Amino acid sequence: MATFFLSKSHKLIMHNLKSTKLLTFGVTNHTSSVANSLLSSHFLHTRSRPPLPNDAGFSRCFATVSSGRRSHTAVSFSDDVDQDQLSTEAPLQQELNFPGGKVKFTPNKLFTSGSSAERTQCYRVLNENGQLLIDSDSLKISKEVAVKMYRDMVTLQVMDTIFYEAQRQGRISFYLTTIGEEAINIASAAALSHNDFVFPQYREPGVLLWRGFTLQEFANQLFGNKYDQGKGRQMPIHYGSKKLNYITVSSTVATQIPHAVGAAYSLKMEKQDACTITYFGDGGSSTGDFHAGLNFSAVMEAPVIFFCRNNGWAISTPITDQLRSDGIVVRGKAYGIPSIRVDGNDALAIYSAVYEARKLAIEKQTPVLIEALTYRAGHHSTSDDSTKYRPADEIEWWRDGQNPVKRFRTWVENNGWWNDQVESEHRSNIRKQLSQAIQAAERVEKPPVADMFNDVYDVLPKNLNEQEVSLREHVKKHPQEYPSNVAV
Amino acid sequence: MATNLRKFNRFGSILTNHSNSLRRFSSPAASSGVLASADGQLLQSSKSINLYTAINQALHIALDSDPRSYIFGEDVGFGGVFRCTTGLADQFGKHRVFNTPLCEQGIVGFAIGLAAMGNRAIAEIQFADYIFPAFDQIVNEAAKFRYRSGNEFNCGGLTIRAPYGAVGHGALYHSQSPEAFFCHVPGLKVVIPRSPKEAKGLLLASIRDPNPVVFFEPKGLYRLAVEEVPEGDYTLPLSEAEVIREGSDITLVGWGAQLTTMEQACVDAEKEGISCELIDLKTLLPWDKETVEASVRKTGRLLISHEAPVTGGFGAEISASIVERCFLRLEAPVARVCGLDTPFPHVFEPFYMPTKNKILDAIKETVNF
Repeated sequence: MATFFLSKSHKLIMHNLKSTKLLTFGVTNHTSSVANSLLSSHFLHTRSRPPLPNDAGFSRCFATVSSGRRSHTAVSFSDDVDQDQLSTEAPLQQELNFPGGKVKFTPNKLFTSGSSAERTQCYRVLNENGQLLIDSDSLKISKEVAVKMYRDMVTLQVMDTIFYEAQRQGRISFYLTTIGEEAINIASAAALSHNDFVFPQYREPGVLLWRGFTLQEFANQLFGNKYDQGKGRQMPIHYGSKKLNYITVSSTVATQIPHAVGAAYSLKMEKQDACTITYFGDGGSSTGDFHAGLNFSAVMEAPVIFFCRNNGWAISTPITDQLRSDGIVVRGKAYGIPSIRVDGNDALAIYSAVYEARKLAIEKQTPVLIEALTYRAGHHSTSDDSTKYRPADEIEWWRDGQNPVKRFRTWVENNGWWNDQVESEHRSNIRKQLSQAIQAAERVEKPPVADMFNDVYDVLPKNLNEQEVSLREHVKKHPQEYPSNVAV
Repeated sequence: MATNLRKFNRFGSILTNHSNSLRRFSSPAASSGVLASADGQLLQSSKSINLYTAINQALHIALDSDPRSYIFGEDVGFGGVFRCTTGLADQFGKHRVFNTPLCEQGIVGFAIGLAAMGNRAIAEIQFADYIFPAFDQIVNEAAKFRYRSGNEFNCGGLTIRAPYGAVGHGALYHSQSPEAFFCHVPGLKVVIPRSPKEAKGLLLASIRDPNPVVFFEPKGLYRLAVEEVPEGDYTLPLSEAEVIREGSDITLVGWGAQLTTMEQACVDAEKEGISCELIDLKTLLPWDKETVEASVRKTGRLLISHEAPVTGGFGAEISASIVERCFLRLEAPVARVCGLDTPFPHVFEPFYMPTKNKILDAIKETVNF
């Protein structure tokens, strides 16, 4: 009886779809109950509309979904049906041929576990003491690359120290450090090619540094002067560079993830030997855009690397208040994406993982998810004091024992590629350059007020033109009320 | 319901009149080269088609004329629930015309990334009612992509199409007109066509415009509005309103499907000796204030009508702007005949709607103020 009723309702649904001319009901039917179907059927019979130009197309599409559902429903009913009744029918199916592949049946009412007994392993090449792990399958890195990696990691550290100070002195309005995540920044950048497009969050300035963004360019952005590519519109640390394929940072968290997927699809269609990479944090992995992006990338088979910096803290929210899965890496499997967990404080492991991920993404035209375990060793930003919500010894443990720069230095030094003297020369050189860059950036005037109106659209529309004219007249009347370093 | 259908049929025929009045009344300035060439084509090769077919033609041309253009959204692959993408996947391949997962923020986010790489990304949101999960991507990402990067990057190739408005039985979630939300966002363009010919020309213009455009299609007119439409490639200018009916006593401003109702009210008002000027705004952001202002300077009265709720609707913006510019010329308060401040109700739709008679009453009240 139940089966009959269901198949009848199926017919009704099909009938509705065939006779539905304005398809709002067709859409509603995707989730409608039998009663609703009858209701809409009744309504539909009361109006006549011209037939669909492609009835067959729509019916076919629905039939696929519907037949899947029907089989599924029929199976769940068979549990309650007397075995004798079934014995006269065809042999029992052992598996269900369902879209996506065959699914085996089981008589056991087993729920899949929400967690596995053991957590996903973490790929590591260098231990805390900077020693190579035995049997490590890391890639060989040339002296040249390794030394540049280390130099840039140090530069990033010095940059953070000096710019942070500049903010504390009130010279810039805001800053955000990368302390603790230097290896993630530099090693991931080193493993990529310059023609790979970067869709950053905001804690990855090292990627720009690696690609050749100068200290002066960083400073210009922080001071929002007229040489800032962003024309002084965004807060400090919102860098971007077309030349370096580094999409401009925005404050919104994880919104860049689906962008990276769309851009990767473009690379795929243009058959480019390149991929996109997008960075985000553990907090970002809770957003809708993360899930949307991962699912889209799998369906579109887009060559994109999702790089999650799981640093344990989203401002003051610890990872335990963020998620209950085994971190982020396990989510890749749910979306059908090859994934790896890597030690985020091990530059060599990150380099190898990203290098392989890039190869995989381009050769197989697939997304790849990387979760790097690390620690945000600094405050979230200059507007935050993290000692209010996390113990100082926790910070100290990570800063000292797990320090990614120190660890990499040991390895570089053990190879005979680095020493104390080069270190101190490099640090003092960068300090000097930064202090000059800050002074220069500070002296440069701000972008003109016209840049407040430009780029809202490709050309200035009438309303903005009027507002610009009116603003100029107003400022001329009250010049003392407005900053003198902005040309009007 | 049967009454509703008859009413729609009548609107359909009025739309055909529309195109006549369009040709009759379009001013030399407004028609310019584009319309003239469209009319030229009209003489050679044009067909009487409905609105969804006009959209389909525009999409076909967009794919055909630019190999880096893509069309995607929920159920787009088989032709879309409104048939607007019929035949496109077969002709241009599943890599350029494809289904997406059921996730609006994903659709728009993906489209932004695609557009940022220099492609034309034409994203379909199945119903305007379901655009809100993508609101953040549209407002915070698409609209600001150029500005926040200092023009280093842009996603100007992005066009988001979404069917909007009443259909007689759509209720809360298949009827909404959310245009006002998007008119509050610098960086976006918002376009709404009134008829098949307008839909094709404006959609092609939107797709080729170097800014992100939200393009709302009057779904109630998909099948019912029939008009002669040039078969070839043509565009109609954005941010240019059009006087589609000349008059001297009162100016009526609207867009999209509401113009059919407004035109009917104009016809009825004329029988009572009131001469109405009807303006199709076409582009709501950035909008053509000058055309509306010039008309109100002539008539001294203004009525705005839209399906969306009156409070905070785009009519409020038009009203305020015109009062700023024409305060001394106005002979009566600006009238707004709009949707009510309720969710869009099913059984009560005829009460909710800014109907012909509501408009007619408001015309008379304004003229006799």
